[in-house]
Amino acid sequence: MLLNVACPPMDNNREAGRETAREAGREAFRKWVLIIVMHLVALLAWQAWITLGKVEPYIMPAPLDTFATLLEYDTYRWGHNTMITAASVFGGFWLAVIVGVTLAVLFSWSRILNDAFMPLIVSLNMIPKVALGPIFIVWFSYGLGPNILIAFSICFLPILITTTRGLADVEPELIDLVRTLRASRWQIFTKIQLPGALPFIFSGMKVAVVLAVAGAIVGEFIASEEGLGYLMMQVQVTLDTAGMFMAVLMITAVGVALYGIVLLLERLLVVRDARME
Amino acid sequence: MSTSEAFIQLDSVRKVYRSKREDFLAVSDVTFDVQAGELVAMVGPSGCGKTTVLKILAGLHSHEEGTVRIGSAADSFDAAKDIGMVFQQPLLLKWRRVIDNVLLPAEILGLNMGEARERAGHLLEMVGLSGFANSYPYELSGGMQQRAAIARALVHDPKLILMDEPFGALDALTREKMNLELLRIWGESGKTIVFVTHGIQEAVFLGSRVVVLTAGPARMADNFLVDLPHPRSLDIKTTEVFGDYTRRIYKLLGME
Ligand SMILES: Nc1ncnc2c1ncn2[C@@H]1O[C@H](COP(=O)(O)OP(=O)(O)O)[C@@H](O)[C@H]1O
Ligand SMILES: [Mg+2]
Repeated sequence: MLLNVACPPMDNNREAGRETAREAGREAFRKWVLIIVMHLVALLAWQAWITLGKVEPYIMPAPLDTFATLLEYDTYRWGHNTMITAASVFGGFWLAVIVGVTLAVLFSWSRILNDAFMPLIVSLNMIPKVALGPIFIVWFSYGLGPNILIAFSICFLPILITTTRGLADVEPELIDLVRTLRASRWQIFTKIQLPGALPFIFSGMKVAVVLAVAGAIVGEFIASEEGLGYLMMQVQVTLDTAGMFMAVLMITAVGVALYGIVLLLERLLVVRDARME
Repeated sequence: MSTSEAFIQLDSVRKVYRSKREDFLAVSDVTFDVQAGELVAMVGPSGCGKTTVLKILAGLHSHEEGTVRIGSAADSFDAAKDIGMVFQQPLLLKWRRVIDNVLLPAEILGLNMGEARERAGHLLEMVGLSGFANSYPYELSGGMQQRAAIARALVHDPKLILMDEPFGALDALTREKMNLELLRIWGESGKTIVFVTHGIQEAVFLGSRVVVLTAGPARMADNFLVDLPHPRSLDIKTTEVFGDYTRRIYKLLGME
């Protein structure tokens, strides 16, 4: 996208640019091949270890046994349970994004709000959110509600903090420059602060994805009648380790899917140079 | 030349930075005039108060005593629209293409964007960036970014350009090149420019007038016209007249 910049007098640079683009393409291809190969090798090693080592399946299932559980839909209801877990994870995550960014914006507008509430929020964050699970059940009973809340409560602080930092990260001289033009606060916010905070928001979101998955699963362990976390507790009773492994893989897939969406949005919204790796 | 014609008049300006712990006298007694169309170079050691004077001109700082007047009967001045600023850092918005960075002041002032875009195109051509309108800042070198910052300072057609060590972060060669560019841009645009620097050679090379400030607190040490012909080339740096001017400033700053 960035390489088709028109710069007629700089043909040499353009050629050089095309060269480096080609090289970067090869580099990326090599990287992907390596990623796929290494994952396959890991799976093969796992299968070989179980088969050749004669490990008991209830201790450690082989990959093939693990994947075989996918065929027994009536026992596991993978689709349904995965959707339920995804709903908690996505619900808690996006709620955290909305609330975290909104609070950060309010705090950046009002010093008093910031000074009053920020310390309180940081103190509240010291509470182990997992310990709130049983209390949420009392308040909201079983189901999606409390799970979304646990996921939300565990992952909203990183978003609030990174957004706050991003909104404050403006060169004072740039503010001077726009102040000579009598820029309104709203103009400063929409043209400078908010777009400047986007890379920070995304770095907070990436941390939050992992936390949201953990929160939702803990919720399902303690307060659910469906979802992958609940499924794990169910099949654990029968020492169905293969089922548990598959559930873990599905949970991972939910997290990876959300992470992928966040990366995609970042790619669309944040200029390459501004991205925080 | 009578003072009533001056575009800018600073008279006995004094500035104290106040804080809870102590007051700090940054500028004690600065008096000078700037004629419309002049390029005044303000030179002095780091920390002597140059930026403070510039910010007073920009209306960003209040001052204690003295008067600051910008604009004359011949040249009206609207503080909201007639100032363009360039700093040591280009301060381009990373997420905007060069053209959209240049257009920022026009957006803030609510100007007609069609006309502004056309003007921005011409300005990019003038600063030698016409091929880079759609590039992002990170694709540009430091010198090119600073050219974009200059185009941005000109896009709303202000009467006064304030520059605070704009080439201070560039390497020596790029800096020389940018000095020449600035003189050309100044010649083409006819703007009044106040250019702050701690480079003595740079001040003499660029300034049609040089104002010398000495440190702690900023005091006017000298204010003289530079009688070197325009357009100037780097050759003049080797002339005797140029040497006389620089020596005069070195002496004032106690560096001889
Ligand atoms: N906002 C401020 N509050 C207090 N002191 C300041 C402030 N800005 C600048 N100063 C002080 O005023 C003096 C002059 O600063 P400045 O105008 O930035 O100098 P220069 O631009 O010549 O390097 C310095 O000693 C600096 O520490
Ligand atoms: Mg300064």
